[in-house]
Amino acid sequence: MQAFGLGFLTSTAWDPVHEKFGALVPIYGTLVTSFIALLIGIPVSFGIALFLTELSPTWLKRPLGIAIELLAGIPSIIYGMWGLFVFAPIFADHVQPWLIKYIGQLAIIGPLFSGAPQGIGMLTAGIILAIMVIPFIASVMRDVFELVPSILKESAYGLGATTWEVVWRVVLPYTKVGVVGGILLGLGRALGETMAVTFVIGNSHQVYTSLLAPGNSIASALANEFTEAVGDLYAASLIELGLLLFLITVIVLALAKLLLLQLAKKEGTQT
Amino acid sequence: MNSIYRQRRLVNAFNLFVSMLTVAFGLFWLAWILWTLVDNGLHAINLTIFMQSTPPPGSNGGLANAIFGSFLMTLIAVMIGTPVGILAGTYLAEYGRSGWLAPATRFINDILLSAPSIVIGLFVYAVYVANVKHFSGWAGACALSLIVIPVVLKTTENMLRLIPNSLREAAAALGAPRWKIITMITLRASRAGILTGILLAVARISGETAPLLFTSLNNQFWSSNLNNPMANLPVVIFQFAMSPYSDWQRLAWGGALLITVAVLIFNIIGRTLFGQKSPLQ
Repeated sequence: MQAFGLGFLTSTAWDPVHEKFGALVPIYGTLVTSFIALLIGIPVSFGIALFLTELSPTWLKRPLGIAIELLAGIPSIIYGMWGLFVFAPIFADHVQPWLIKYIGQLAIIGPLFSGAPQGIGMLTAGIILAIMVIPFIASVMRDVFELVPSILKESAYGLGATTWEVVWRVVLPYTKVGVVGGILLGLGRALGETMAVTFVIGNSHQVYTSLLAPGNSIASALANEFTEAVGDLYAASLIELGLLLFLITVIVLALAKLLLLQLAKKEGTQT
Repeated sequence: MNSIYRQRRLVNAFNLFVSMLTVAFGLFWLAWILWTLVDNGLHAINLTIFMQSTPPPGSNGGLANAIFGSFLMTLIAVMIGTPVGILAGTYLAEYGRSGWLAPATRFINDILLSAPSIVIGLFVYAVYVANVKHFSGWAGACALSLIVIPVVLKTTENMLRLIPNSLREAAAALGAPRWKIITMITLRASRAGILTGILLAVARISGETAPLLFTSLNNQFWSSNLNNPMANLPVVIFQFAMSPYSDWQRLAWGGALLITVAVLIFNIIGRTLFGQKSPLQ
C-alpha cells in the first residue's frame, strides 16, 4: 500500500504485468457514473415524491409506494444482467446512434457523446445506477415531505397558491436539508454499487472523454480483478482501492446523516 | 392579471403532469425488468434445476448446489446476525437514552447499514480468508452476517421505540424488574416488527453478490462442507451470465428469476406484516 504514495491517486497506469498501479481511472469512473445517476435520479425522484405526497389518491399511495420500494429490493445483480442483455443492445441500436449523430456534433458537450455505439459504457452504467438510486432518494424525499406541518401547506393553499407553487415555494424550502440528505444517501448507494456496474461498464483502464466508451469504477475493478490478483502488490493495490471507496462513502454517508439529524432536531423544536 | 393567472395554472398543470410521468417512468423500469426476467427465466426453470448441480458448458444441469449453498449461508448469516442485532437494538432502545455510547453506536450502525457491500467482502477477505489461505463458506456467511446485523439492529430499535412508555411504567408499577419488562413486555409487543426486520435482512442478503465473490467464491460441485469454497446463486449467476455459452446464460436467467421472486416475496411479506411503513425509514 505504501509503494505508490500519493501518486496512486493521480496515476492512470494499470499494468498488472509490470506491477504499476494507479487509481485515477476507477475513481474517475466512479464519480462520473454516480454523477450521471444523480443527474437523472434527482428530478425523477422529486417527481415521484411529489406525486406520492400531494397528488396521488389515497387508495393508490400504498401500492405505488410499495412498487417503488420493490424497485429497491431487486438484487443489484439482476439489474446488471438486465442491463447487459436487454438494455445495452437496445441502447446501442436506437439511442446511441442518435446521440452521436445529433449531440455529438455540438461544440462543448459534443466530445462527451462521440465514438462507437457499443451499448456498454459509462453512460449505460450511469443510467442503470439512476434507476437503482431513484427508490432510495424518492422514499427519503417522501418521508421528509410528509414532515411538513399541514398548517403551512394549508395556509399557502388558502392564499391561492397552486399545488406546484406550494411544493416549490413552501414544501421544498422547508425540507431542503432533508432532501439534500436523501440525495447524499443515494449518492452513497451509487458510489458503492458493484454488480450492476460491473456488468455494463466495460472494465477498461483508460480515461476516455466520451461517455459512451467503456470505463471502470472502483467497485467493479475490485469485483473483476480481485479473485485473479496474483502478487502481493496487485492485491494490495486493489485493497487500497477498496479503502478509498470506503473513505469516500463514509464521508458522504456521514454528511447525509448529519443533515437528516439536523432536520429531525428542527422538527423537534417546532412541534 | 388574467395572463399571470393563466400562466400559473399552466405551469402548475405542466409540472404535475411531469410528476405523473416520472412515476410512470419508475414503474416502467420495474415492469420491464420483471417482464424480461419472467420471459427469459421461466423456460429455464424445470425440475432439473432443483435436482442437479451446475454443469460444464454444453451439457445439462441445474443449480441445486448453488441453491443449497445460498440457503445454507443465508441461514448461518441470519443465525449469527439476528441475536447480535436484536440484543444491540434492545440496548439502544431501552438503556441507551443517555450517555455517548448509544448515539455513537447508532451513527456507526447507520453507516454500516449503507456501506458498500463489496467493502464488507473485502474486509472479511483481509481478516479471515487471507489468514486461513482459502475461500470458504464460513467466510461467506460471516460477510453476510455483517450485513444482517445493522438491518436487524435498526428495525429492533425502531420497533421498541414505538412501544408506549406507559406500558413499561405499568409493568414497573407491578414490580417487574427491568429485564423482565424487556423480555416479557416490550420485546413481545414488538415481535412482528422485529420479524419484519429479519425478513428484510434475508431479502437483502439473498441477492448480495459482491461480498461473496471474495469470500465463498464458487464451487462447481455439490458441497456441504463449510470449510470449502461453496457454490451460491448470485455468484453462479454472475459467472454464467458473463460466460459466452448460451446454455449457461439460460441457467443464469433461471437463477435470476428464482432469486428475484424469493426476494420480492420476502419484501412483500415483510412490508404487509408490519403494515404502514417500512421500519427502516
